[in-house]
Amino acid sequence: MRTIRSRLIAIGILLAIAVWQLIPTNVTQRVRDATTGRMKDTTIRRVPINLGLDLQGGIHLALEVDQSKGPVPDCATAIQLAEKVVRTRIDEFGTTEPVVQIQGRCRLIVELAGEKDPARAKSIIQRTAFLEFRITDMKNLFRDALPEIDKALRRAGVRAPGQGAAAASVTQLFGTDTAKAKGKAQKGKAAAKDTTDLNAPGPLSSLLFQGQLPGEYLVPEEQVPVAESLLARPDVQRLIPRGLELRWGTEVLSRAGRSYRTLYAGEDRPIITGEYLQDAKATRDPLTNQSVVNFTLSRAGGRIFERETGRHVNDYMAIILDGRVQGQPPIIKSQIGQRGQIELGAKPLQDAQDLALVLKAGALPAPLTIIEERTIGPSLGQDSIRDGIHAGIVGVALVVLIMVVYYRVSGLLAVAALVLYVVFTLGGLAGFGFTLTLPGLAGLVLSVGIAVDANVLIFERIREELQHGKLVRTAVDEGFKHAMSAIIDSNVSTLLTAFILWLVGTGPVQGFAITLIIGILASFVTAVFVVRTFYMIWLDRRPDMATLSV
Amino acid sequence: MIRLFANANYDFIRWRRWAYGLTAAIIIPGFALFLVHGLNYSIEFTGGTLIQVQTKEAVGTERIRSALDAAGIRDAEIQQFGGPTEYKIQARIAKAGVAEGSTEATAAAVDSALARGLGSGPEHYTIVRTEAVGPKVGRELQGKAFLAIFFSFIVTLVYLAFRFEWRFGLAAVLATFHDILTTIAFIRYLDLEVSLVVVGAVLTMVGYSLNDTIIIFDRVRENLHKFRRQNLYEILNLSINETLPRSVLTHGTTMATTIALVLLAGEVLRPFALVMTFAIFTGTFSSIYIAAPLLMYIEKRWPGEDARGARVLRPPGSVPLNPPPAAPGGGGGSGVRSKAAV
Repeated sequence: MRTIRSRLIAIGILLAIAVWQLIPTNVTQRVRDATTGRMKDTTIRRVPINLGLDLQGGIHLALEVDQSKGPVPDCATAIQLAEKVVRTRIDEFGTTEPVVQIQGRCRLIVELAGEKDPARAKSIIQRTAFLEFRITDMKNLFRDALPEIDKALRRAGVRAPGQGAAAASVTQLFGTDTAKAKGKAQKGKAAAKDTTDLNAPGPLSSLLFQGQLPGEYLVPEEQVPVAESLLARPDVQRLIPRGLELRWGTEVLSRAGRSYRTLYAGEDRPIITGEYLQDAKATRDPLTNQSVVNFTLSRAGGRIFERETGRHVNDYMAIILDGRVQGQPPIIKSQIGQRGQIELGAKPLQDAQDLALVLKAGALPAPLTIIEERTIGPSLGQDSIRDGIHAGIVGVALVVLIMVVYYRVSGLLAVAALVLYVVFTLGGLAGFGFTLTLPGLAGLVLSVGIAVDANVLIFERIREELQHGKLVRTAVDEGFKHAMSAIIDSNVSTLLTAFILWLVGTGPVQGFAITLIIGILASFVTAVFVVRTFYMIWLDRRPDMATLSV
Repeated sequence: MIRLFANANYDFIRWRRWAYGLTAAIIIPGFALFLVHGLNYSIEFTGGTLIQVQTKEAVGTERIRSALDAAGIRDAEIQQFGGPTEYKIQARIAKAGVAEGSTEATAAAVDSALARGLGSGPEHYTIVRTEAVGPKVGRELQGKAFLAIFFSFIVTLVYLAFRFEWRFGLAAVLATFHDILTTIAFIRYLDLEVSLVVVGAVLTMVGYSLNDTIIIFDRVRENLHKFRRQNLYEILNLSINETLPRSVLTHGTTMATTIALVLLAGEVLRPFALVMTFAIFTGTFSSIYIAAPLLMYIEKRWPGEDARGARVLRPPGSVPLNPPPAAPGGGGGSGVRSKAAV
């Protein structure tokens, strides 16, 4: 009795874990806003099983460094540069969770689920990287212009976004909104005209918080799309002071449990562009133990840089790759010539290496060539899912029918275990974050047919033992015992081939191998352990059972 | 209670020569075809461009052909794919030295040719799938597929050698090799397209067929210990007959799922499902008619510990009944060997 209880508890725990993995959770996804055409974060509830591109629709691209116009000596570095560059452009894709990863040494994989326009995606990826250094808005011209912008927005009927409790607490955190306070003080006459407006928060300024250096602003992550759409308005663009341009940063800062995106106001002309850069290296300063990036400019670049940095000592210099400010702008401490150094202070060496990559990406743009492209339309993916589910239902129904007709009550036990098997397999897929592909779906259906094999082996063995005149209880015990070696052998041999398939295969085939592996493991648990437990309960209730329904 | 083939007592092994003839009749013409025509590899392996189009009306392959011809795309294959409004257009890279990236240009050219021939816009046709694979990726995949099949052989051989003795392992692997041959012949007969997924099916088949052989060999191993007086011929027959109900049931359930996949799972998975369905036949066949006789042959050439292999090919019943061995433990082996000399 105690063994039955502990077995039931074990099954219950496994089931609970599997079901827990399958409960729809809130997932944050970036989706294209229908009205503004910009990317925004939304949360949706869905079952956390990742669908492969072949089921979801989307684009898979494999890229390599183009060697047709002369060999590239170090393709590994070149592809790292390319990865860095493509990552900075990730927001330009109209897709929820883009995958950018280096495969092997010299290959870049980009997967864009849900993206429909391959030509656009390719042009974004293959565009040459553009690096520039710009001085930030040292005189806070943009901050001073904020009240005017707010006024214009109010006139246009734009209201400040809802002031939730969270937003209020952040305002306190940074002190009162400095931008707004100063604006009010300076433009007192404007405020005096309209007292109701004075108390209402500014539509734009209420979204911005002053950062640590001049021209740096922080925008709460969830307000980024609103701020973006406001800044894109022509009436706002007109009011941004001449000679200034706004650029979003790549950094996401976390303050008091909320994340903020950086926004920089900087000069609209670069002091130097990436074409003058020759090399960049990340090292750790042995004396101060600080991470630094050393960079070298060409001789012409050195002359320009010397002149510009001489004019901008003690100014902050934003490093902008493809229109996005990379990291926090460093301060120019003194005049710099051909060789410069960027100090990152106590930041890890990894950050310095990333920055060096950014500088190099601007210096040596490595053209990428597409060596493989797959585009699957969303309708085709939906058709595949529907067909796969139909096939699955029919296949499983047939299996259930065969088992119940042939093995009667024992067959019912096996079918009940099969239900657990399906839950375990799906739970395993969700829990380990594996991706379900079309061949994976086939593997899932196929493994249902194979999953009952262990039960068939056991039931046949029990029948044989009963035929030899054994008692029901002994026959069941012996049946499980003797079938075990065959079950283990066959499971291991299938596991081995599936494992090799997983090692060698790519994409969809790996998906198939994964579902097969999880399926085999799950079927071992359900067919042997779970069915055994069912039998124990059954025999426990009916100890005097003379014939077994098998 | 339904019982299929309960207490069956068929002399399977007796028909082995007929079975060899049957399987040779499948493999040899299939391989002749294979050697002459090769296999129909998908563009994943050859490199090239695939475009799947969904048209609003059933335009027929002829109109698509003329649309492509007008644009000067001549060596593309056009197939109806599933329903009458779905077509698959494929252009393989025929010659070596095609530049990487040119496959995408083909995709764009096909799109514009269709736009001119059928009228542009989703009210005429939509491209639902594009694949453009460069020659380099194709070559890599060929190598990988070969490696996968090769390694799965090595690994299963090692596992079998570890679990059984090498004679069983060798017989099982040779039977599996036979299955690969028949499957290649099958793929050739139906002219199925060999894609990566089909290679996956072949590998799954390797596992499945081995599985089946293992079930029978497991029983053989058990029966060899249990029935000391029978020779291997009888033991094999007995084991096959004893596992027959299980084989029928398991193959029935697995076949139910693969046939459901063939009929319902759509065009992309159909070659995979067809190969899996065939794999169930050939796996069952080879476990009985290839693996078991091979084991007998191997045991005869290189007698194992209990040298019943020496007498395996004599017809059953002609073996004189020996008194049961005195001690079934460690001494059993040598006891049997001495009897083999009788």
